[in-house]
Amino acid sequence: MRVDAIQNGIVIDHITAGRGMQLYDLLGLKDLDCPVALMMNAVSGKMGRKDIIKIDADIQVDLDVIGYVDPGATVNFIRNGSLVEKRNIEMPKMLTNVIRCKNPRCITSVEQELDHVFRLTDAPNKIYRCIYCETKAK
Amino acid sequence: MRSINDIRDLTVDEINELVRLACDIIEHPAAYSEKCHGKKLATLFFEPSTHTRLSFEAAMYELGGNVLGFSEAQSSSAAKGESVADTARTVGCYADIIAMRHPKEGAPYVASQHAGVPVINAGDGGHNHPTQTLADLLTIYREKGGFENLTVGLCGDLKFGRTVHSLINALARYKNVKFVLISPEELKVPSYVKKDVIQKNNLPYVQTTDLEAAIPELDILYMTRVQRERFFNEEDYLRLKDSYILDPKKLVNAKEDLCIMHPLPRVNEISVAIDQDPRACYFKQVLNGKYMRMALMLKLLELA
Repeated sequence: MRVDAIQNGIVIDHITAGRGMQLYDLLGLKDLDCPVALMMNAVSGKMGRKDIIKIDADIQVDLDVIGYVDPGATVNFIRNGSLVEKRNIEMPKMLTNVIRCKNPRCITSVEQELDHVFRLTDAPNKIYRCIYCETKAK
Repeated sequence: MRSINDIRDLTVDEINELVRLACDIIEHPAAYSEKCHGKKLATLFFEPSTHTRLSFEAAMYELGGNVLGFSEAQSSSAAKGESVADTARTVGCYADIIAMRHPKEGAPYVASQHAGVPVINAGDGGHNHPTQTLADLLTIYREKGGFENLTVGLCGDLKFGRTVHSLINALARYKNVKFVLISPEELKVPSYVKKDVIQKNNLPYVQTTDLEAAIPELDILYMTRVQRERFFNEEDYLRLKDSYILDPKKLVNAKEDLCIMHPLPRVNEISVAIDQDPRACYFKQVLNGKYMRMALMLKLLELA
């Protein structure tokens, strides 16, 4: 299966197979009006299988979201058909309004205007906790 | 502007300094009776708590300051739909320091981001209650002379009991502390406390359901109440509320210098027959709580 190369935009590569859809949702890509390709289970020399997202428009994506969903992913920035920057993504220390606290006892459950903020508390185990109630993100 | 949301906001050195200051207040009360002259404490209690609120208020009065506030959400602007942030920002214009209790976890933290004056968490749901822990620590210090080489039994609701979680967090930073965790299966210490605090610090611990068998080795027995307000299901509360009741019979094999503690209020988990036992320390804890709140407010107001 082939997807055409893009002229100006972003390629999110080396996404762990199966996480592409979650990333597509959390990045809000369904709301874009430019061409977006989500390829799942592509063959990869390094990973065996991987997911890839191509966005054919010069837009800003929230790298923290990518770092949260899949810190092993790489982001390639394409200009005029050429790769101008390749970035390895790390887990962000803080996540703001990416995921929501599910604890019904948390202050965010009743105060709608508060940001939902999570802090990385255990990097090796990839654990984020709500800064208000310390509930673990699921 | 320094606020206290969690006992972990204080370093071991800062806790030791607060204990030292509280002991000095106990010895020389007159020297502190006007330290907060002209200062105002706002007690913002969005859920009822007679003990903690009166302790904060007594502490400020004994320092020569004044108190304003409310004792339930119905008599505050929250009843009109005001946010915690707006309430905090408003009250910060009137008071020099705020003590806040709120049923929702993290509310005092939100307040501390907006008040412009120090905010002390006076209990947020089942989450944190740092000044209770400070009261517990002063009690342990005065009864045991320090915080090291202790076997500490924690009994009752170890799942929702915020005082238990905070006390474990505080004591885990001292040497040779062993925890004996006594609870029904359904109310065991949450895994994040066990893993992230006890196991992370390589502290010895035992989990058991048998209070009587655990008592002989304990230096401290910290009893807690099974709290109705922490349950979404009334049936679960009724089934678990009488799991542990401490009476004189259970103390037969206890150490002579056991220190029996309880954050109060109690319902029936400590028999009143134990109140006269010299090992009962729970009313001393109440008094120690006032002294530690005095010490904490002096520090946060930079008056000591």
